[in-house]
Parts: sequence; C-alpha cells; structure tokens
Amino acid sequence: MTVQLPFVQVLLPLLGAPLCALLRSRVAAWLLFLLAALGSLGCAVLLAQRVATAGTQRYSVGGWTAPVGIEFVIDDFNTPVLLLVSLIAAVVAVFSHRSLAAEVAAKRVPLVYACLCLVLAGMLGIAVTGDAFNAFVFLEIMSLASYALIAMGRRRRALLAAFRYLVVGSVGAVFVLIGIGLAYAVTGTLNMADLAQRLGGLHGNRALYAAVVFVLVGLAVKMAVFPLHAWLPDAYAQAPSAVGVLLSATATKVAIYALLRFAFTVFGATLVFGVMPVGRIGALLAVLAMLIGSAVACFQTDLKYLLAWSSIAQIGYIVAGISLATTAGVSAAYLHVINHAVTKAALFAAAGLLVLRLGSARLDDLAGFGRRMPWTFAAVVVAGLGLVGVPPTAGFVSKWALATALLERGQWPVLAAMLVSSLLALVYVGRIVEVGWFREPSLVTVMNRPPVSMVAAIWFLVLLSVYFGLDATLPSSLADAAAAALLRNGG
Amino acid sequence: MIGSHYVYWLTFALMMIGLYVVISHGNLIKKLIGLSLFQVAVFLFYISLGKVDGGTAPIITEGTQTYSHPLPHVLILTAIVVGVATLAVGLALVVRLFESYGSLEEDEILQRDISDRDTTDRDGVAS
Repeated sequence: MTVQLPFVQVLLPLLGAPLCALLRSRVAAWLLFLLAALGSLGCAVLLAQRVATAGTQRYSVGGWTAPVGIEFVIDDFNTPVLLLVSLIAAVVAVFSHRSLAAEVAAKRVPLVYACLCLVLAGMLGIAVTGDAFNAFVFLEIMSLASYALIAMGRRRRALLAAFRYLVVGSVGAVFVLIGIGLAYAVTGTLNMADLAQRLGGLHGNRALYAAVVFVLVGLAVKMAVFPLHAWLPDAYAQAPSAVGVLLSATATKVAIYALLRFAFTVFGATLVFGVMPVGRIGALLAVLAMLIGSAVACFQTDLKYLLAWSSIAQIGYIVAGISLATTAGVSAAYLHVINHAVTKAALFAAAGLLVLRLGSARLDDLAGFGRRMPWTFAAVVVAGLGLVGVPPTAGFVSKWALATALLERGQWPVLAAMLVSSLLALVYVGRIVEVGWFREPSLVTVMNRPPVSMVAAIWFLVLLSVYFGLDATLPSSLADAAAAALLRNGG
Repeated sequence: MIGSHYVYWLTFALMMIGLYVVISHGNLIKKLIGLSLFQVAVFLFYISLGKVDGGTAPIITEGTQTYSHPLPHVLILTAIVVGVATLAVGLALVVRLFESYGSLEEDEILQRDISDRDTTDRDGVAS
C-alpha cells in the first residue's frame, strides 16, 4: 500500500470529481471534497516522512518503468508543495461549505465541488510527476477546472474574467507544449531526469534555447509574472470567495514550482541562468512587478481586487529570489511561496466572510466593519501586516531571508524596490484599516452571525502565519531542503 | 536548411497566424478560432516530429523494417483531447456571455460592464 502512495495522492481527488458530479447532493459533494483534501493531506504527510527517512521515492505508473513509462518522483523539492496544496485545500473545504451555499445556485454546488476536486488533482499531479508531457496534461486539468470555477462567480463580469483567463491561459499552456515538443525533438525523451541527462551535452543548440524560452514564458503566464499578469485580478476577484481562496493561495504557486522544476532540474541552472540571461530578465520583471503591483493595489476600490494586485507584487518577490539562482535565493523564494500562500489565503477568506455578511467587498461598503466585527478586523490586520512584512509575522521571515540572499549577491536595486514595495504595502493595508476602523459604520448587514466554520478556517490560517513568523523552523527547513535538492540535481 | 525543414516553417507560420487572430480580433468566437488554429499548428508540429524517412504506419507487418515513431502521435492524441476540452469550455463561456450581455464583441461587453457598475450599487444584484 505504501508503495502506491504517490499515485494515491493524485487518485483521491481525481476520483472525488466524478462522484461529486454524480451524487448531485450538496452535503455529499462537500463531504467528498473534504475527504479528498484530508486524504491528500494524509498522503502528503506520509510521503514527506518517507522522503525524510528513505530519500527520493520513484513510482512507475502502471508498472511501465521510466524512461518509457510515466514516472512519479517524490523528493525534498516537491513534498512542501504537496503539503501546502493539500493543507490549503482542506482549509478551503471547511471554509467553502457555507460560503458556496451563499454565493452559488444550489443546483450548481455539487459541480463546483467536482471542479474543486479536479483543480486539486491537477495541482498535486503537477507536483508529483516526473514526466514533462504529463506535467502539461495536469497543468491543463488544473487550468480548465479553474476557468469553470471562476465563471461561477455571482456577477456577470465573472464570465468575462473566466473567458479572458481561458484565452491567455491556453496560449500559455500551448507555449509550454511547444517548449516540451522542442526539447523532445532535440533529445527524444520526455522523462525529466532523462531529459536533464541528455540535454547536458547539447548546449549551443538553438532549438534547445527556443525550448527553454517557450516553457519559461508559458509558465510565467500561469504564474502571473508582471507583464503577463492581466488575467489575475479579475479572475481572483470575480470568482466565488472559496475558489478565490484556493486559487490565490495555490494555483500560481504550483506554476512557480513547475518553473523551478523545469529551470533547475530539466534544463539545468548552467544553461538557464548561465548561458541565457534569464536571471537578469527575471530580476527586472520582479522589480517592475513589486513596484507596479503594490502601487496599483493602493488605488483599488474593492478589497478583493486590492488583494489580487498585492499578489502580483508578492509574486515579484518570489521571482526576485528565483532569479538569483543561488541556494539562498531559491530557499527564500520557496519560503515566501509557503508564507504568502498562507497569508493571502487568510485575507481572501476574510474578504469572503465580509462578502457574506455585508453583501459586498467594495471598500465603500466595508466602512466601519472593524467596529462591528472586531475579530474579522483583527484577522485582516494581522494577515495584512504579514503582507507588509512586519515582525513577528511570516512575511517578515521570508522577506528577511530574501533580503539576505539579495545582499549576498549585491543586488541593491532589487532590494531597494523590495523596500519601496513594502512601504506601498503599508499604504494599502493602511487603507483597509482606515476604511474598516475610522469611518462611520454603514447600516447594511446581510447576515448577523458569522458561520463558525468560516471563522475557524480564517483564524487557522492567520494563526498559522503568525506561528510561521514566531517559529520558522518548519517552513525554513522545508525550504532549505528543497533548495538544496534542486541545486544539487541541477548543478 | 530551409528546404529540408520546410514543415517546421509551415507549422510555425500557422501558429503565428493563430496567435495573431487571438490578439487582433475582438470577437470572442474569432478569438476561439484563432486559439484552435494555434493549438492545431502545435499538433502538426508534434506529428511531423514522428515522421521517419521511408517509414510506414507503426503497425508490425511482414516485410517492413522502418516505422514512423508512434510516441508523438499518442502524445498528440492527449493534447487533442485537451484542445477539445478547452474549446468546449470556451464556447460554453461564450454562450453564457452572450446570454447575459447580448453581445459577442469584447469592447461592447466591457462597455456594458462599466455602465452597470455605475447603476447597481451592490453586487449580487446584477445579472
């Protein structure tokens, strides 16, 4: 049984999807998604333990051994992603029960859960697979399900958001497909480990350069790296709240994982960051993302849009860490992936609760919510300070690690941009505080008592982010092990 | 160089035509047509990779020694399914967009969206 764990990891949510769609019962579908998420979390914990004791786990799907068959590889680098994604999915499952019931028509709720299961299966699949083409297939499973989920939003603008994301996302995915095809044309293999071995001797091949560019640009679309970010604010803000929480916390992070996997393990750091100027371009885009993302966030009139723009800036921090291509830089980026996922999930969840209770997430409609809902307000403030990077929050730990990594390489301009962006973050978090605490409360209330499950989910995430700020040993050790594994393989 | 690899030039030209249609057209259906063209060009690119000079279809028969490589075909079967699913989701969204906005032009949809943001003060009321 334990030998099959890597496959069970993906199988559980994948089986959940058709069952949710067939059962047509809201409670049964919710229970199935919850069980699938908890089962995945259990699997991820068991796998993490096995990797820690016995090293890298390799699993041949259907008994066809690599490089012919599809191989699942679990190592120090993807266990944190598995843990993060399945943990967030479990929290979203708890959160979604009441939130979706209020925001989505009753007959569609089981289908939403079916899509949530598919998104989860796709994300876990991208993380476990050791086959380049298989990664593309899982990427599309995740993306297609998320287009459908975004279209479930309450306003009709959600449809336009989903359609635009579909067009841009599909172009990005096809870019990845072209890149994988070119790499296959050069080497004749699709297995990631095999590709890495054969590509080693091929530096100077122009088809290989094209392959690197296509894969990286395609994944950058899915990551919402600065000039390719236009789909993100509408998609996350218009989606149903529970979907927004899941996607904002994990979808871009899984794309970041895939980018790291391709850049370091498959193509190798010497090619991508040594021969090609990916590091310099990455640093430039990161600076632009940090400054523009935070600046635009300051001018938003809707809490969800504000949070989405802030995500674009935070992805800038992560890209800055990756573009250094040092162990410290990648480790800091990885740490920020974990910390930002938890913090941003908490904020989007709080925004979802506000939508439920006040009927809107517009800042004008949120006037004075802090005086009427002090606990929700406290959660927003604590998580918001995490975005700014005030100690002792999780955001401070990862920003500190990132600043150290940048200083190590003398990247002063990037560091300066990071500080400016953090100050701008103070401005937009300050705006939420100003609106929520210092304005006269409006009288509109849709729901008086907040659902316990949603409050529990929000506070779990907030306390987790504070815990990661006070005692960073768990995320730091995961991130360090991941970065070490990555740079050892890519070398 | 160009002569022996003309298939790649053709497929990449088709890709760029598809991508250009996606970018340049405001009509949602035309965007999807461009997207499909772009995807099909990539399928052709993969399939052309599998061609072996003088090879026949990869089915074991008496008297044949060279076969075309079957793996790219199998891969692209999967990618075709993904493409069909993308198109289906895209068309479904276009139907819903047309039902709620009464238009297929992206700029008209955006305009109506801005005007209803001014008139409805609370979301959830719209549509």
